[in-house]
Amino acid sequence: MSDYVIEMLHITKEFPGIKANDDITLQLKKGEIHALLGENGAGKSTLMSVLFGMYKPEKGRILKNGQEVKINDPNDANALGIGMVHQHFKLVEVFSVLDNIILGAEDTRGGFLLKKEARRKVMELSERYGLRVDPDAKIEDISVGMQQRVEILKMLYRDNEILILDEPTAVLTPQEIDELMEIMRSFAREGKSILFITHKLNEIMAVADRCTVLRKGKLMGTVEIQNTTKEELSRMMVGRDVNFVVEKKQQKPGDVVLSVRNFSVKSRVHKNDAVKNVSLDVRAGEIVCLAGIEGNGQTEFISALTGLEKARSGHVTLCGKDISKASIRQRSIAGMSHVPEDRHKHGLVLDYTLAENMVLQKYWQQPFQKHGFIQFGEVRRYAERLIEQYDVRSGQGADTIVRSMSGGNQQKAIVGREIDTDSPLLVAVQPTRGLDVGAIEYIHRQIVGQRDAGKAVLLVSLELDEVMNVSDRILVMYEGEIVGQFDPHEITVQELGLYMSGAKRQEVLL
Amino acid sequence: MNKRGLVNVAASIISILLGMLFGFILLEIFNPSAALNGLNNILTTGLRTPEKFGKVLYTAAPLLMTGLSVGFAFKTGLFNIGASGQYTVGAFFALVAGIQFGLPWYVCILAAMVGGAIWGAIPGLFKAFFNVNEVITAIMFNWIGLFGVNLALNNMPKMLASFWGAPYKNKTAAISAANKSALLPKLGLDEVLNSPYINIGIFIAILFAIITWVVLNRTTFGYELKACGYNRNASQYAGINAKKNIVLSMVIAGALSGVGGALYYLSGTAQYVIEKTLLGMGFNGIPVALLASSNPLGTIFSAMFISYIQVGGDALQPQFAKEIIDIIIAVIIYLSAFSLLIREIITRVGAKKHALQENGKGADAK
Ligand SMILES: Nc1ncnc2c1ncn2[C@@H]1O[C@H](COP(=O)(O)OP(=O)(O)OP(=O)(O)O)[C@@H](O)[C@H]1O
Ligand SMILES: [Mg+2]
Repeated sequence: MSDYVIEMLHITKEFPGIKANDDITLQLKKGEIHALLGENGAGKSTLMSVLFGMYKPEKGRILKNGQEVKINDPNDANALGIGMVHQHFKLVEVFSVLDNIILGAEDTRGGFLLKKEARRKVMELSERYGLRVDPDAKIEDISVGMQQRVEILKMLYRDNEILILDEPTAVLTPQEIDELMEIMRSFAREGKSILFITHKLNEIMAVADRCTVLRKGKLMGTVEIQNTTKEELSRMMVGRDVNFVVEKKQQKPGDVVLSVRNFSVKSRVHKNDAVKNVSLDVRAGEIVCLAGIEGNGQTEFISALTGLEKARSGHVTLCGKDISKASIRQRSIAGMSHVPEDRHKHGLVLDYTLAENMVLQKYWQQPFQKHGFIQFGEVRRYAERLIEQYDVRSGQGADTIVRSMSGGNQQKAIVGREIDTDSPLLVAVQPTRGLDVGAIEYIHRQIVGQRDAGKAVLLVSLELDEVMNVSDRILVMYEGEIVGQFDPHEITVQELGLYMSGAKRQEVLL
Repeated sequence: MNKRGLVNVAASIISILLGMLFGFILLEIFNPSAALNGLNNILTTGLRTPEKFGKVLYTAAPLLMTGLSVGFAFKTGLFNIGASGQYTVGAFFALVAGIQFGLPWYVCILAAMVGGAIWGAIPGLFKAFFNVNEVITAIMFNWIGLFGVNLALNNMPKMLASFWGAPYKNKTAAISAANKSALLPKLGLDEVLNSPYINIGIFIAILFAIITWVVLNRTTFGYELKACGYNRNASQYAGINAKKNIVLSMVIAGALSGVGGALYYLSGTAQYVIEKTLLGMGFNGIPVALLASSNPLGTIFSAMFISYIQVGGDALQPQFAKEIIDIIIAVIIYLSAFSLLIREIITRVGAKKHALQENGKGADAK
């Protein structure tokens, strides 16, 4: 009997223009939490997709308990007890939680679904692992954190013993992350083996037993977490030291660029307002961070501010111009650029090329357009500059169809596109979601650079590190209201937490 | 051509062959003794005489237009199943312009564009402003269009053949009798090919195909339309007015179908018959578009192909009943439209083969 439940030996997988996995060997022990670390585009998702039967490698073998196995599709993987939660969830939006969980593994009698039994099993599992879900809620109505629980329940429902989690924490709040790590530990105690992809070194240090590091498709090695440090891991991964603290000079903010007054936005789920009478200012040369626990109105506030949704009441002024009723295009012309929260829903046209996506907000401007005709030469030149500058990696450069790019590189493309404008205001929601530490360092430097150049930045982030590191001023949002305003130098993370959870509040005067 | 394009073409050809195979099986079932000859007829009639070839080009023109119409809407993420109604209304507008008002052919075509555009706009408006599925509205408007046109014609005595001395009350007047200037010019092509069917219709249709391709692939308008089709939320985020684009897309799709109706009935060889069935020309636009993966230039070839098969089918009489022929042709056409499925299979098999070869190489090296 082998020591390992799963061994992936000398796996090579190529895509047009790129070797995503080049002779990679990864061995997973029973009952271990094995982290997989690597820069954006290093080939982590690809390697896991190979194990899950979604891609056929050109070379290499996979062993389960020492026996060679052939995994041709996800059904084979399931039969071997391998389950996967994808980086971008694969749920049917209009189906209920329960239907999504049993989809593809339905028990039937005489052609009829045995839903009652399925429901019992799902409830039992969710009870046992503390994965609270409402089995009758529709996926489109629940938060991403909830959706992820559904994905995990899906694996448990299929009695999977080997669980692959591809960046499960990228979309979670710090509280949810703690819960998830607890759940992972309990899985491991029961003898389940976990492959865990994340860019957050703290998480690896906290839960993983071992970590395998990839760089540009190649294996850098596997280390015991006990014998390593954050710094060493990041050096292994990017090949240089990474500076976790953002360097930033004090600066006096200039004129008010964005001013929001008495802003209220209706909720999509309940009858009350999701944003209640919020007023705030963002000045030139200032990074204001809207902090808060997910679901306290930040999403609705930003949607209405950027014009994706209508505000119920209130006024927005951008550079002295009233844009309360303006269309999205008019807001963009008035000087607002926006890194959206959901990169697949709003940020990208996945079936367009990278070049076409790079001009998503500019295709109608000179020089990308002349007499109504797109100037593809200009578009390509511009895209190539951004690709170079923001280190967007892909198989075929500007011609790559964005759908085939790694999640982090998709994000880098959006952030690059939105920073590289002359707009006086940058609204960025979770701009570093899914980025590797090297890329985060770079993006943070860029955002600070924009502020130094006199731009106003409104940042929404769930990462307390990011909030404390990057911002000049923190506004805490709780249940749709601003309940505190702080200088990051004068407050601790713990105290900030009290405001975010509603335990404390102060009157915020403009 | 890039690899993706090649796979598309290969998929189309394989699905055409599949369609042929099934067609042949049907021929075998209905009349074994005539089957082989029948298949031969289907495959060669279109090229047998210049006259038949002229007919192929003649029916290809309206097919190409409805194919463009369906394909254009597809690119914007809309399923224009209303091409038949738009085609009918377009034909009606063209005929009224030509017969009732004695206007020349190019004005008739413009009138058809307007008629088709109106008929496309209505489902578009419903979709954009009330979020009513365009398929449902378009199907309704196919019928409303058909019966509306029939009703109007019944009340326009000057439009009917009987007014112009022919014995029919259920047909529109022959254009050659009513207004020669409304006939599509033949530019002497009819003499070269010795076929009464041929006229400039096919060239007009090809011109529209090229324009459509340019609009979709080279203009900001096309960029916006396709962005809406691929991801409505992202296009909204980019400041694109999705509602406007949905309506415009349906207006243009409708206009394209409308021109199809004009090209068919302004040829002088066809008269509109007042009947209770939807015109198949609009529905055949769907396989034409699918076979070409909605690429406007590809549509030129798929329309020619389907027209060719139809002309071949006509030559199956009298060994096969008219209805049987329709079924066989329909089977061939619809199987041909399986190219999407076939494309999937090719990509998958291709990937597997590639993997095997690579493994083989690896083993050799060891
Ligand atoms: N289906 C595909 N077709 C073509 N290229 C692909 C495909 N999937 C991945 N790639 C390429 O393979 C490389 C590795 O991608 P992968 O998604 O495995 O990266 P990753 O390590 O998961 O990165 P991230 O941290 O950004 O998620 C990328 O350069 C990507 O562009
Ligand atoms: Mg990934």
